[in-house]
Amino acid sequence: MAAEREPPPLGDGKPTDFEDLEDGEDLFTSTVSTLESSPSSPEPASLPAEDISANSNGPKPTEVVLDDDREDLFAEATEEVSLDSPEREPILSSEPSPAVTPVTPTTLIAPRIESKSMSAPVIFDRSREEIEEEANGDIFDIEIGVSDPEKVGDGMNAYMAYRVTTKTSLSMFSKSEFSVKRRFSDFLGLHSKLASKYLHVGYIVPPAPEKSIVGMTKVKVGKEDSSSTEFVEKRRAALERYLQRTVKHPTLLQDPDLRQFLESSELPRAVNTQALSGAGILRMVNKAADAVNKMTIKMNESDAWFEEKQQQFENLDQQLRELHVSVEALVCHRKELSANTAAFAKSAAMLGNSEDHTALSRALSQLAEVEEKIDQLHQEQAFADFYMFSELLSDYIRLIAAVKGVFDHRMKCWQKWEDAQITLLKKREAEAKMMVANKPDKIQQAKNEIREWEAKVQQGERDFEQISKTIRKEVGRFEKERVKDFKTVIIKYLESLVQTQQQLIKYWEAFLPEAKAIA
Amino acid sequence: MMEGLDDGPDFLSEEDRGLKAINVDLQSDAALQVDISDALSERDKVKFTVHTKSSLPNFKQNEFSVVRQHEEFIWLHDSFVENEDYAGYIIPPAPPRPDFDASREKLQKLGEGEGSMTKEEFTKMKQELEAEYLAIFKKTVAMHEVFLCRVAAHPILRRDLNFHVFLEYNQDLSVRGKNKKEKLEDFFKNMVKSADGVIVSGVKDVDDFFEHERTFLLEYHNRVKDASAKSDRMTRSHKSAADDYNRIGSSLYALGTQDSTDICKFFLKVSELFDKTRKIEARVSADEDLKLSDLLKYYLRESQAAKDLLYRRSRSLVDYENANKALDKARAKNKDVLQAETSQQLCCQKFEKISESAKQELIDFKTRRVAAFRKNLVELAELELKHAKRGWAQWLMPLIPALEVRSSRPQANMGNLQLLQNCLAVLNGDT
Repeated sequence: MAAEREPPPLGDGKPTDFEDLEDGEDLFTSTVSTLESSPSSPEPASLPAEDISANSNGPKPTEVVLDDDREDLFAEATEEVSLDSPEREPILSSEPSPAVTPVTPTTLIAPRIESKSMSAPVIFDRSREEIEEEANGDIFDIEIGVSDPEKVGDGMNAYMAYRVTTKTSLSMFSKSEFSVKRRFSDFLGLHSKLASKYLHVGYIVPPAPEKSIVGMTKVKVGKEDSSSTEFVEKRRAALERYLQRTVKHPTLLQDPDLRQFLESSELPRAVNTQALSGAGILRMVNKAADAVNKMTIKMNESDAWFEEKQQQFENLDQQLRELHVSVEALVCHRKELSANTAAFAKSAAMLGNSEDHTALSRALSQLAEVEEKIDQLHQEQAFADFYMFSELLSDYIRLIAAVKGVFDHRMKCWQKWEDAQITLLKKREAEAKMMVANKPDKIQQAKNEIREWEAKVQQGERDFEQISKTIRKEVGRFEKERVKDFKTVIIKYLESLVQTQQQLIKYWEAFLPEAKAIA
Repeated sequence: MMEGLDDGPDFLSEEDRGLKAINVDLQSDAALQVDISDALSERDKVKFTVHTKSSLPNFKQNEFSVVRQHEEFIWLHDSFVENEDYAGYIIPPAPPRPDFDASREKLQKLGEGEGSMTKEEFTKMKQELEAEYLAIFKKTVAMHEVFLCRVAAHPILRRDLNFHVFLEYNQDLSVRGKNKKEKLEDFFKNMVKSADGVIVSGVKDVDDFFEHERTFLLEYHNRVKDASAKSDRMTRSHKSAADDYNRIGSSLYALGTQDSTDICKFFLKVSELFDKTRKIEARVSADEDLKLSDLLKYYLRESQAAKDLLYRRSRSLVDYENANKALDKARAKNKDVLQAETSQQLCCQKFEKISESAKQELIDFKTRRVAAFRKNLVELAELELKHAKRGWAQWLMPLIPALEVRSSRPQANMGNLQLLQNCLAVLNGDT
C-alpha cells in the first residue's frame, strides 16, 4: 500500500521544490525579513521598498542584495537537500555548504547580509525545502513541557502558575535548557500577539486553550476536590499541546515574542486578554463585524483548489464534531462503569462476608477484589479515552476554525484588492472628467491619486497572491501534521486498549482457580 | 417478530445455546425430565412449549409437549404456595414476567426514525436491537425452564397433581390473570403477612439451627438484593460503553470515506476495529449479565422463598404455642378439652413436619447455592478470558490479506490481545 507510506522526504521532494523555488521568491524574502529582529508580514520580493511600510522593520537594502544573488543560489540549493532548518545548522555538522555559518538569524542578520550575501538565501532555500520535509519528520529539536501547576495568591485574585520548561539545541535560544513560570493569561497574550502578526497573511496559528470561568473560579475559591484537580490537569495538558503545536510551526518558531515567552523570566501582564477589558470588547465587536462581512463578500473564486479545500474543511469539521460527541459519551459511560464496578465490588465483599460457606465466601471476596482492580482499570482507560482521543478531536476542531479564519482573511484580502481596483477606476474616470473640464491643478492631483491607487491595486494583488500561496503551503503542512497527529494518537490509544485487555486477562486468570476451588 | 430460538450467527456463545438450567444443580432423573423445547413470541405474549419425558405411570404417554403461557406458570406457583401440605418446603420462586416493553419501544422508535439515518446506521441499530430482543427472550425462556426443572427435581413437588395437569393437559388451562379485585386482595394479604412476619420473628427459636438460619438468611437476602442491583447497573453501563464504540466506529467510517489523504485507509481500519470491539464488549456485558446479574437475581428470589419457609415455620410454632396455651386454659376451665387437645395435636404435628422438612430444605438450599455460585463464577471467569483472548479471531482472518501484513502467518483463535497487537504493528508500519 504505497499510498500509505509518506513519500521519502529527500528524493521525491526535490523536483517540486525546485519548481517552487522559482515562484518562491516571495516567501524567500519574507522568511528573510522574518529572520530579522521583528517579524514583518511576508512581502513580495519584487517591490521590497514600498511594501514594508505596513510593518515595523524591513531593511530595504537587504532584500535588494539578496535578490541579485538568488539565481545563483538555486543551483546550490538543489544539491544540498537536508533536513535542517537554518537554525539547526549548529547541530548539523555535516553541513556541506561552507558559506553557511552557524548563526542565530535574528541577532546576526545585519552583518551577515553584508559579508555573506549568499548565506541568507541559502538558509532560506533550505528552510523552504525543510518546511516540506520537516512536516514529515519530527526533527524540530525543541521540547516543551508544561508542568507543576501552582496556585499563587488567594481569593479571587489567585491564579495558577505553570512551569514552562524548554529543552533545545537551537542556537537562537541563549541556553539549552531553561524554564519559566507562566500563567494562563500569558499564554492567551502570546496567542493574540502571534495571531495579530500572522493570521491575516495566511499562517495557521494554533488556537490557545479556551477560557473557563467556572473552572477557574472553583480553583480560585480553593475547592480541593477532584473536579478542580481534573480541571487543572486538563488545562495543563492543553497548554502543553498548544505550545508544542506552536513551536512545530517553522515560521512561528522564529518569532521573538515566542522566544520571549519561553525564555524571559518576567513577562508583561497581558491585560488585553481579559474578556471584559477594552481590548476584549473591541475583539467582540470586530468578530461581529467580521461575521456580517463574511456574509456580504461574494468572491469570484478563480482557483478551484481553494473552493475544494474549503468544502473539505467544512466536511471535516462536521465529522470531527460528531466523532467528538461520541467519544465524550464514551468517556462519560466509562466513568460511570468505573463507579458502578466499584459499588459492585463493595457489595460483593459484603455478600462474601455474610456467606457462611467458607470457600464460597472466600471466592466472593476474591471476586470483589478483582472487580475493584477492574474498576481502576476502567478509570485509567477513561483517562486515556479522554486525554488522548477526545482532546485531540477538540484541538482539531479548534484548529479547523483557525484554518477557516485564514480562508476568510484571504477573502478579505481579495475584497481589499477589488475595492482598490474599483477606486482606481473611479479615480481614472475622475481624471478623464478633469481632462475634459481642463482644470490643470486638479488634473495633477487626480494623476497623483491614480498613481497612488495603481500602487494600491498592485499591492492588493500581490497581497492576495501572497496570502493564497501561504495558505496553500500552510494547508499542505496542516494536512501532513493532521495525518501524523491522528495516526500517532490513535495508535497510542489502541495501545492503551491493548494494555487494558492484558490486565483484564491477568486478573481473571488469577480469579479462576479461586472460583474452581469452591467445594 | 422474532420467532424460535435461532441465534444470530455470532451473538451468543456456545454455552448459551443449550440453555440448560443455569442456576440449578439438576439431578438427571430419568423418571421425570422437563424442558422448554421451543418458544414463540407473539406481540405481547410468549408461548412456551413445555416438553416432558417421563417413565412415571401417572402419565398417559412417555413423551409429550404442551404449550403454556406465563400466567399458567404463575398459577402453578401460586397453587404450591397456597397448598398447606407444602408449607415445609422452599417453593421454587416464580419466573419473572417476560418484559419486552423496553426493547419493543426501541424497535418502534427505530422504525420511525428510519428516514433520518443512513442505511448503514439503520442496519447496525436494527441488528443491535434485534440482538437485545433475542437476549431478553432467551433469558425469559431460561428462567421459566429453571422453575419447571426445580419442581420436577423436588421429590415431593414433582408428584403434585396440578403440576401433572400443567405438564400434560394439552388444552388451555383457562387461567386468567388476576383481575383488579384479586390483585387488591393479594396486596392486603402481603401486607398482613409482612406485619405478621415481624411479630413472628420476634419469637426466639429454641432450635439453634433455625435461629442461625434465620439471622443468616435475613442478612444474606439484603446483601444479595444490594449486589444484584449494583451488578445490574454495572452491566448496563458496560453495555452503554459498548454502544458508544458503535457510534465511534460509524463516525470513523464516515471520516475514512470522505477523507482524501492517506489517512482515510487508516480511519477505515480503525473504524472496523471499533466495530469489532463493540461486538466483543457487548458479548462481555451480556455474559456478565447472564452469569452474574441473573445468578444474583435468582438467589434473591430463592432466599426470599427460604425466608418465606422460615416464616411459615415460625407461624406454625406460634400457632403451636397458642394451642398449648389454649389447651392449658381449657384444662383449667375443664371445658372443650378434647377440642383443644386435638387442635394442639394438629398444631404440634404441623410444626414438627414443617421443621423436619425445613431443615432438609435449608441444607439443600445451601448446597444448591454453593454449586450454582461455583458454576457461574467459573463460567464468568472463563468467558471473560475467552473474550479477551480469543474474541477477535473472526475478523483478523479476512483482514490479514487486506493489510498485507509482514508476518503473514494467520493464527486461528487469535486473541483480542494478539489481534490488537497485530493491527498496531501494521498500522505503525504504514507510517
